[in-house]
Amino acid sequence: MTAMLEALLFLPLGAGCIILLGTKAMCRVLLPLTALGHTALAAWTTYAVGTGAEPRAMNGLLAPDPLGALFLMLASLLFLAASIYAVYYLREEDRLEVHADIHGGPGFTNAPQRRLAACLCFFLSSMTLVTTTPHLGALWVGIEGTTLSSAPLIYFHRHQRSLEATWKYLIICSVGIALAMVGNILLSVAFYTPEGMTAMVEGMDQLGWFVSHARAGEETWLKAAYIFLLVGYGTKMGLAPLHNWLPDAHSQAPSLVSALLSGALLNCALLGILRGHQIMLAAGLGGFSGGLLSFFGLISLVTAAIFIVGQGHYKRMLAYSSVEHMGILALGIGVGGLAVSGAMLHAVCHSLTKCMLFLLSGNILARYHTFSSYDVRGMRWTMPITGALWMAGFLAVAGSPPFGIFISEFIIFKGMLAADSPLLAAAYLLALAVIFVGLSVAVLRMVQGNRPTDMPQTLREPLLSVLPPLVLGLAVLTLGLWIPDWLWNFLRKGAALVGG
Amino acid sequence: METALQSCLFLLMLNNLLMLGSTRIMWLIRFTAFQGILLAGMLLTMEHALLAAAVLLIKGALLPGLLWRTRNRLHSHHRMRPRMHVAVGVLAGMGGLVLSLWLEARLFTLPALFPPLLLPTALTTLFCGLILVVGRTTALAQVIGYLVAENGIFLLGMPLMTAGTTWFELALLLDVFVAVFVMGIAINHIGNTFESIDVGRFRSLRD
Repeated sequence: MTAMLEALLFLPLGAGCIILLGTKAMCRVLLPLTALGHTALAAWTTYAVGTGAEPRAMNGLLAPDPLGALFLMLASLLFLAASIYAVYYLREEDRLEVHADIHGGPGFTNAPQRRLAACLCFFLSSMTLVTTTPHLGALWVGIEGTTLSSAPLIYFHRHQRSLEATWKYLIICSVGIALAMVGNILLSVAFYTPEGMTAMVEGMDQLGWFVSHARAGEETWLKAAYIFLLVGYGTKMGLAPLHNWLPDAHSQAPSLVSALLSGALLNCALLGILRGHQIMLAAGLGGFSGGLLSFFGLISLVTAAIFIVGQGHYKRMLAYSSVEHMGILALGIGVGGLAVSGAMLHAVCHSLTKCMLFLLSGNILARYHTFSSYDVRGMRWTMPITGALWMAGFLAVAGSPPFGIFISEFIIFKGMLAADSPLLAAAYLLALAVIFVGLSVAVLRMVQGNRPTDMPQTLREPLLSVLPPLVLGLAVLTLGLWIPDWLWNFLRKGAALVGG
Repeated sequence: METALQSCLFLLMLNNLLMLGSTRIMWLIRFTAFQGILLAGMLLTMEHALLAAAVLLIKGALLPGLLWRTRNRLHSHHRMRPRMHVAVGVLAGMGGLVLSLWLEARLFTLPALFPPLLLPTALTTLFCGLILVVGRTTALAQVIGYLVAENGIFLLGMPLMTAGTTWFELALLLDVFVAVFVMGIAINHIGNTFESIDVGRFRSLRD
């Protein structure tokens, strides 16, 4: 098991190095192979954690718990879907040396494909560290690693707007994460005793140590530490009003990168906040941390509702939808009780759906050469599979039955009522209704209408461009109709760690 | 040793305010290098020789060198156009200092952990870094602001460093080095694409 865990971390790292040194053709083979290997290892690890085993490696630096294993599995599955899509995507991108700018600017070139594939692998390795370590410092290093490895991914298309988005992403997230480090330091200060210092700062299972000694923590320092963790990792997670980088980066990155940023990276940042929440709960300060989470969750929902209505840029619309769903997750976890289990299910369903939608947005962009939902018409005629999946994805992400997000949002709603928060529940429903209307206007406009006359008459859609979104969509549909017992039990185990 | 530490903290505080008053990139880079040297000196007084050497190398030499090289490559010798007036920046920094001193007096502090002046100096350095990031529109100045903020955080964590955590501190230093390296590459691209590193011109991505 130790070797498995180490391989989880080092397989993508090694593959990334080999890809950097290899050829373009090699990277298109190695990327999906690495993803397959990683998914197999992640599934094995998740299974072991689910059966109650406590796998450890590297002196305890890697020791996933159910919460981490859940996010690890999600990141790995999405990476597999994105890497299969990447085979099609990179082949298509290779056809032109200089690409025409959609906004009419000068033509642009792409960064080398080997660099994209290698950075994707480094990104996966960083996310693996984040999800498997109980060491809060290593978790921080992992999250900073995700920023540094994903910045070149956003700037794959070398034009002015992607550079602007990359710069904002780098600066805002790096400063945000630096503030999270202040949270880590204040956490250690809260528990400081000259005798306990060595065990606290030198042990690998910092999280376990903090949770087991939580009652000894000094309250003011603990609260200050949590605020810094929330602001720091909240910036990376895209909680409003710290979300400014998110719509820019998600809209300018290649679609498969946006899919990973939204579906996997945001979960990693959420995990950083949840680790702080775990400690606060153990210290008897769950009301404080949960209240802050609920507050930021509600602000995010309202902000997303405002920006989604009338949003003409369909990738930015998806990005604001991510802000909305991060808000729902924060709300669910903040409320506690049943809502936390709902939030865990929501994390799964949102990741799958958003990855699906971003991959589809890549297909739409390739066919229509526009980001504007006003200029995309008649998708049901021009690209029937993508059009149908786009419609299904919209229903799923907006929380319609029979998809999984409907179930998770309903459980969170029930949790709010059970926690005696009717006003919060009402505000939650109102925001969801506004967002539903905002999304439906844009999506229906894109799918319906006549076939544009200047479009090529081919209905052909490459298999690799629609297979990953189709599988992801089927998974979200299945979770809406039937949640396997083993999955629900696993989600409950994860939820139990954060007050569920 | 105590006097040496206090002197370093005082110089760091002064260095922060001078940075806020500076409008030339060249001086900002010099002040950043000086901060690295001061941090290394403080680590020496706390008997962390290995870390002191690493900090001196990375924060005192490599990172300022990287920034210097980027500045020269982009011919960014002109005065910076601050988003806010320089005097406002200095005043904000002094406000940060007062706030830090107030916080130290108000918080339940641990005299055995924090030597005198360390907590307010660390917090002021962090504030000054954030002021530089927000108040300057030049990409290089924003990176320097990030570095200064990171220096403040590094200083805050200094009393918690033990021999067993050296691996982690080195990992952090490597992380910061890679971060500044990646930012340096991005600045080169910005300079080549926009023919300026003034990020105040970034206005194409809006709702």
